[in-house]
Amino acid sequence: MTTEKNISNLPQSDDFPTERVILGKGAPMRLDCGVDLADFPMAYQTYGTLNADKSNAILVTHALTGDQFAAGINPLTGKPGWWTTMIGPGKPIDTEKYFIICSNVLGGCMGTIGPASINPETGKPWGLDFPVITISDMVRAQVLLLDELGIETLFSVIGGSMGGMQALEWAAAYPDRVFSCVPIATSAYHSAQNIAFYEVGRQAIMADPDWCSGRYLEEGKKPRAGVAVARMAAHITYMSETALTQKFGRRLQDREAVTFGFEADFQIESYLRHQGSSFVERFDANSYLYVTRAMDYFDLAATHGNGVLAAAFRDTEIRFCVISFSSDWHYLPEDSRVIVRGLTGAAANVSYVDVVTDKGHDAFLLKEPEFTNVLGGFLDGAARRRGLA
Amino acid sequence: MNNMKSIRVDLQVIADLIEPGSRVLDVGCGDGQLLDYLVQEKQVQGRGLEISPEGVNQCVARGLSVVQGDAEEDLGYYPDDAFDFVILSQTLQATHHPDQIVKDLLRLGKRAIVSFPNFGHWRVRSYLFFNGRMPVNKTLPYQWYNSPNMHFCTIKDFIALCDEMNVTIERSIALDASGQAHRVRTKLFFANLLGEQAVFLIHKN
Repeated sequence: MTTEKNISNLPQSDDFPTERVILGKGAPMRLDCGVDLADFPMAYQTYGTLNADKSNAILVTHALTGDQFAAGINPLTGKPGWWTTMIGPGKPIDTEKYFIICSNVLGGCMGTIGPASINPETGKPWGLDFPVITISDMVRAQVLLLDELGIETLFSVIGGSMGGMQALEWAAAYPDRVFSCVPIATSAYHSAQNIAFYEVGRQAIMADPDWCSGRYLEEGKKPRAGVAVARMAAHITYMSETALTQKFGRRLQDREAVTFGFEADFQIESYLRHQGSSFVERFDANSYLYVTRAMDYFDLAATHGNGVLAAAFRDTEIRFCVISFSSDWHYLPEDSRVIVRGLTGAAANVSYVDVVTDKGHDAFLLKEPEFTNVLGGFLDGAARRRGLA
Repeated sequence: MNNMKSIRVDLQVIADLIEPGSRVLDVGCGDGQLLDYLVQEKQVQGRGLEISPEGVNQCVARGLSVVQGDAEEDLGYYPDDAFDFVILSQTLQATHHPDQIVKDLLRLGKRAIVSFPNFGHWRVRSYLFFNGRMPVNKTLPYQWYNSPNMHFCTIKDFIALCDEMNVTIERSIALDASGQAHRVRTKLFFANLLGEQAVFLIHKN
């Protein structure tokens, strides 16, 4: 099997420093689209120690552009993991108490099979030949990972944004394998507005000539401009207007006056351009298409409750803690209330906190004392009931 | 080791009405003092609903299952008969539609416990009588213009509402200024005059 030398998909290679397991070995995994996936890699990291009766495992599910490096140092960026505020000794997701697993999602680009992986049938990257995946498929793969690790029940599944969708999917599809569930800043379905924003991103990527109809890896190219625009558009929805105004306002970037041109006169332009261009270095364009598509297709009530969200959680014994952020306009507090009402309708054990903050959707990745206290308190309470404390 | 926790006297009266191990919803649970007590000391399956973010945060941070929401909007989402007891403590007078709330409480709970400040207390009556102004005291600390309370009632009024709604009063207790509990039924006139607060255990007829 030969591949071109200029293929720059390091995280998909075997040399990339991450834990890796091959799933679908005995029997292939059937995807929602009908395709079977066999012998595929899933990359993951773990933090903390699994206890003797394997009752202290927490699955942390990552968001669209996240990865398995939730804590520690991300070897690709050299920066701390995306949730080091929450995961660590003495932190709410305490590595001294819990065994934390975080895996790269199906369709991702950090070691789990995705469109940048090599299709064994052709010896070339999958590109758009990769089957379209769903949130349910991502969770199916995580279930296989847990089977590999010999973990029957999760003490908790915790995730923000798209990670929250996976957490909800776990609760609805595998209620017997989850003790508690924390969906954060998320929604039980993608709204027209959510789909619209991600469609802008996908169109930006596909309009870039360097996308090469999805075959850019073989061509030794990268749709930099398209991916950057996709990231910029999405990033705006992750911040509140208040935060944007406070952080940038109408301030100019390294200049006294506007230049009457189209350079980045304003700080916000410069910031977004930086966000866009640095994102290109760590994220695969086709992965962005597939993973955003998975979110668009997500509709928990339709999949598990015949259109009724409460029915998706019928007779659940899981302890839920739903958390939203008051200034989040990507997934609104109202989206979380819809989840809470569904759970309430199912007489589920649910807590719900709308954290008052001006930091928007991104708040779930930031230091927010109230958020930290609530998550820590909920987990402590659940741990007492689980006999872990 | 296992010291009984002490809680506010009116909350203790409510707690004493709750059967151990039952399913309880505390509507307007505040910082979770009563709910925490019931979970710890009576091993109830406790849930709470609270409107203030500070209250909810404190509750969840101490491990209680509490939802941030508005009773008048959110009670409708709970299924019928989901609880053995639904508690509405010192909140009835702050709702837009107290009668609707009582109806909701008894839809989703087999029994409800309702407590409220008694506007028929002699001090309230005499304050209004002698001063000609809306009463302000330690159980009613607000001015008329900034009070969250919009529907005051007396013990007699609440009994009349229950009669009108065909609701059965199982227990009725008046608490005087010293926190002493009195049974309402046998001496209604005095209870309505001396009770600063009232606690009712009710169920559907």
